[in-house]
Amino acid sequence: MAMATAAVASVRLATTNALPRATQRSRDNEACSALNSAFFKNSIPSSSRSSRKNLKTLNDGSRKGICVRVKASTSDMVKEKALPADGQLISRHEGLDLYEDMILGRAFEDMCAQMYYRGKMFGFVHLYNGQEAVSTGFIKGLKKADYVCSTYRDHVHALSKGVPARQVMSELFGKATGCCRGQGGSMHMFSKEHNVLGGFAFIGEGIPVATGAAFTTKYRREVLKDDSADEVTIAFFGDGTCNNGQFFECLNMAALWKLPIVFVVENNLWAIGMSHYRATSVPEIWKKGPAFGMPGIHVDGMDVLKVREVAKEAIARARRGDGPTLVECETYRFRGHSLADPDELRKPAEKAHYAARDPIAALKNYLLENRLATEKELSAIEETINELIEDAVEFAEASPLPPHSQLLENVFADPKGFGIGPDGRYRCEGPGFTAGTAQV
Amino acid sequence: MVCNTCLFSVWQSCMMKACRMRKLNLFYGIRVRAKSWSYVFGEDVGFGGVFRCTTGLADTFGKHRVFNTPLCEQGIVGFGIGLAAMGNRAVAEIQFADYIFPAFDQIVNEAAKFRYRSGNLFNCGGLTIRTPYGAVGHGALYHSQSPEAYFCHVPGLKVVIPRSPTQAKGLLLAAIRDPNPVIFFEPKWLYRLSVEDVPEGDYTLPLSQAEVIREGGDITLVGWGAQLAIMEEACVEASKEGISCELIDLRTLLPWDKEIVEASVNKTGRLLVSHEAPITGGFGAEIAASITERCFLRLESPVARVCGLDTPFPLVFEPFYMPTKNKILDAIKASVNF
Repeated sequence: MAMATAAVASVRLATTNALPRATQRSRDNEACSALNSAFFKNSIPSSSRSSRKNLKTLNDGSRKGICVRVKASTSDMVKEKALPADGQLISRHEGLDLYEDMILGRAFEDMCAQMYYRGKMFGFVHLYNGQEAVSTGFIKGLKKADYVCSTYRDHVHALSKGVPARQVMSELFGKATGCCRGQGGSMHMFSKEHNVLGGFAFIGEGIPVATGAAFTTKYRREVLKDDSADEVTIAFFGDGTCNNGQFFECLNMAALWKLPIVFVVENNLWAIGMSHYRATSVPEIWKKGPAFGMPGIHVDGMDVLKVREVAKEAIARARRGDGPTLVECETYRFRGHSLADPDELRKPAEKAHYAARDPIAALKNYLLENRLATEKELSAIEETINELIEDAVEFAEASPLPPHSQLLENVFADPKGFGIGPDGRYRCEGPGFTAGTAQV
Repeated sequence: MVCNTCLFSVWQSCMMKACRMRKLNLFYGIRVRAKSWSYVFGEDVGFGGVFRCTTGLADTFGKHRVFNTPLCEQGIVGFGIGLAAMGNRAVAEIQFADYIFPAFDQIVNEAAKFRYRSGNLFNCGGLTIRTPYGAVGHGALYHSQSPEAYFCHVPGLKVVIPRSPTQAKGLLLAAIRDPNPVIFFEPKWLYRLSVEDVPEGDYTLPLSQAEVIREGGDITLVGWGAQLAIMEEACVEASKEGISCELIDLRTLLPWDKEIVEASVNKTGRLLVSHEAPITGGFGAEIAASITERCFLRLESPVARVCGLDTPFPLVFEPFYMPTKNKILDAIKASVNF
């Protein structure tokens, strides 16, 4: 596993051939020099390096599936950066913080699966097991005021951003104490307090929303002259989404207007049953960034330290006002697409390959080997998290279902005249509600 | 599964009982074999699709004819229109009807108007869009919508909705052979719930022809898709109270069979329409308006519409939102006692 050695962020910034020279000079000079100083010396561990020739075998439609990797190319914009003097990528405190967040994500999702199979939650539930490094690596680098826009695989994004496990669990159970009062469910986690802009059942629908949020920040800063407006927006989405029009439209807008946004692709290689390589003409998603005038980066998404390094730089770039970044995280989901997916299509060898790169196990090894934590401390964290999850489940079970009147609320801003009749009561509570037409 | 060599052969092992999804498979066996330039494509259809409707097709007919597309509904339908314009038979699958909206532009602005604006030089009649629609019990906002009303407002399209496996096979074959673009909404509730003996062999059912599935004299009920099962239950309950209901399955919503509904309402004098989609602007409104125009003097009570509420499809309160048997029963009684 890469992290045990002095290997650091395997980040390659690929902007060669991105823009014609003149444009590059005039537009991105400042950005270039900032990025030049950003990246550590690369020693990509072999497990995440790729060879292009494997791609050719796949393009004939055969199901090789495993270990077809993406080769990130070097660019003249990447310079080496020296390691910190003590050789440590991360402090003890930060390490434990990351560990706790990933354990929270994993334990929560495992509990979701249990609750689902016991019938406590229902509907379409998509679990995040295996991808925790991406959520933790990025979201832990954000401030509370920063925005996160997610997909239907959003429980862990919400948790990492700070939404209490109780609220997320209640929402999954459809209870009134859920973060969306039980109206959204698994795929629609929102939080005003923690600036989570959802949860989107539709792929790609969140990206324009995130772009709009980023625009608001920039507008407040530059037009309204509010210097405190430096929020960054992160849009998470998957590999399948990168073939969707909305993705490209937003890359264009974000680069055109230099918005403070980071586009994070959680490339777990599969869109339900469709392999990324069989659906995409150019599978290296990071290459699509330079096509629109922003840096594109590929990073090992099973390694939280690497993700964190890339995240730090991309977020800093956005916060400075240098514009968007496209980050492709190579990651993997350990479970099926959803809890209803039997997951028969992925080869066991591929699953085993990525299971061996479990981000939580990797971080644990790193912390132990570098003596940043003891076994006992890590176990204590795991226990604390387990108790937290148990508490969340109890809270969700004990919470009430939303009242019936909630069905008619929040359709429009003002419920009067719609869900509420002229007598001031909810129409659905009136006696004639089901006689004749079901009108509101 | 074995198929014999005749041009319209079907899977022998599906002879007797065929549940809905395997019924679709049956049809595909017929359809895809018949023309070497027919294609089935969409998201995940290669391995069989999320509802297993296309299981085995790629293996039998080849990946060049049964293939996955990337995740881009607008592209899928637009691409299908192009195929159809070149004389192919394109069967595009939209994974859930809730996802059809990115393709709405292509369907409304291109598919529906292709023949018209090219002066009949080109057409995309070979296009059929199949998509699962409707409530499934736990689908919530984005896996339960019934968007048929939006498409019924578009001249140039046909909208077909079957109520059972047997109907689905015949209607789908008819839809594919119809020289107009058709949107075929499949009630996803029935994918696993509906088990029927589906006849083997090739048969079509006529489009734009409704079917009276229950005869009665006191009130006419009109519906389509999975809602008919609910309405049937309500009819049975109503008959216990002495109300005799006539139940009509519209089958094709656009263009719809006005004559049969008119004849029925002329007999009974009362009409009730029920659908899952929200009531305002739902297709029930078109039926109500047309029948009121045609049968005004015969009507004994206002046309009743028992439909979904005017809210987004909810998460926890789905049973409260849906036009349930009891709501329909209440409405039947209110209409009869008007």
